Amino acid sequence: MAFLDRGARTLFLWELLSGLALTFTYMFKPKVTLNYPYEKGPLSPRFRGEHVLRRYPSGEERCIACKLCEAVCPAQAITIEAEPRADGIRRTTRYDIDMTKCIYCGLCQEACPVDAIVEGPNFEFATETRAELIYTKEKLLANGDRWESEIARNLATDAPYR
Amino acid sequence: MADFWNFYAWPTIIIVLQIVAIVVPLLVAVAYLTLAERKVIGAIQLRKGPNVVGWFGLLQPFADGLKLFLKETVVPSGANRGVFIIAPMATFVLSLVGWAVIPFDAGMVLADINVGVLYLFAISSLGVYGIVMAGWASNSRYAFLGALRSAAQMVSYEVSIGFVIITVLLCVGSLNLSQIVLAQQGMWFFIPLLPMFVVFFISGLAETNRSPFDLPEGESEIVAGYMVEYSSMVFALFFLGEYANMILMSAMTCVLFLGGWLPPFDIAPFNWIPGPIWFALKIAAVLFLFLWVRATMPRYRYDQLMRLGWKVFLPLSLIWVVLTAGVLVATGWAPVTNR
Repeated sequence: MAFLDRGARTLFLWELLSGLALTFTYMFKPKVTLNYPYEKGPLSPRFRGEHVLRRYPSGEERCIACKLCEAVCPAQAITIEAEPRADGIRRTTRYDIDMTKCIYCGLCQEACPVDAIVEGPNFEFATETRAELIYTKEKLLANGDRWESEIARNLATDAPYR
Repeated sequence: MADFWNFYAWPTIIIVLQIVAIVVPLLVAVAYLTLAERKVIGAIQLRKGPNVVGWFGLLQPFADGLKLFLKETVVPSGANRGVFIIAPMATFVLSLVGWAVIPFDAGMVLADINVGVLYLFAISSLGVYGIVMAGWASNSRYAFLGALRSAAQMVSYEVSIGFVIITVLLCVGSLNLSQIVLAQQGMWFFIPLLPMFVVFFISGLAETNRSPFDLPEGESEIVAGYMVEYSSMVFALFFLGEYANMILMSAMTCVLFLGGWLPPFDIAPFNWIPGPIWFALKIAAVLFLFLWVRATMPRYRYDQLMRLGWKVFLPLSLIWVVLTAGVLVATGWAPVTNR
């Protein structure tokens, strides 16, 4: 009887028709599409996106030019030069990140003793030229001013687990 | 001068207008078929499909067309220039000329010739030339492999399509497509000839190089097959030709098996709707089947394709021809024609 059963299944295209029936039911299931530029998925507070350099609430920049991030960076994407400022405080004169080299491992923010360099929640920073991806200190500080509220919230949310 | 006007110029103008009246809606249908395909496959794969360009993505086909139109036509340096350019034109033109004999309603047909079926069969067989020419002229390995596959595949399935058409002709007694539709007034042919309908539909998939028989394109193995070297408008012509062929094959299916322009029941609410609309609805239903199958079936292996064509469909359709002829003669249902 197994022969008859198999023969009948083949003759009446049972596999093909049951497959078609299955795909037909899928046509009416709710869609999983995220309308990306209009809708966005949730991000973890630990999400490692575009870098920012943060400031203290007083407006003073946090970075103390310890160069730990430069040392730890496995892609050697960070370049720092530092000398004392006019008021005698040591600060960076140059803080460049080559975003084309960066692998977004997050070691720089782990190394930072003052939470100055942080990878923020922004991942939409595509550019049309390569040169725009060489971030300078000014660009990073501007990013910090722009994303400070989100970053502060994320750091606070994540603090209990660190 | 009056003779020239009455017998040549005026009929020519009318025919040209009729051709425009067929081709323009056809090309719009082709454009929206590409959108429908993306929408249907998207829905089956739990996606939404294009929905950004225009409402529900309704302007997407025109955006795609514009994109292809503005691109550069690249002719490979090793290609045979003339044949390379002619191939997509041949595909496109052949997909359009078949519509000359398709009846949209009683008497609503461009060329009401008595060998309409033969003409359609010849046109759909010629379709392989565009592909073979493209594959050969591209001077590329993938294109050549695709063309070889396509030629073998189309030749194999035409044989069984021919036998299927013969069974229908046996039941009708005429090769005129309008007569074939009118012969289905009592019952559409897909009911008594259901196995042949299935064979015809599946062979139609193979004939138009549609999934699961899309080996000539075979993205994952031979990149895009015969159209791998094509870009811009010449590619668009291939694309349009392929989809127009799909619509033509659906129209053939409707005329041969689904009662053409006839309503499903010849009673009040159904026969208020005009014939061309019924015809379009049936074509749309068959096209949905094409898309649905594409979203469901994986691609056949080449030997399976050949086995199905030669060892299953050919004997099956041959037996069915003999069986149909036998039943028609034995019961005396065979159509009597005194021509």
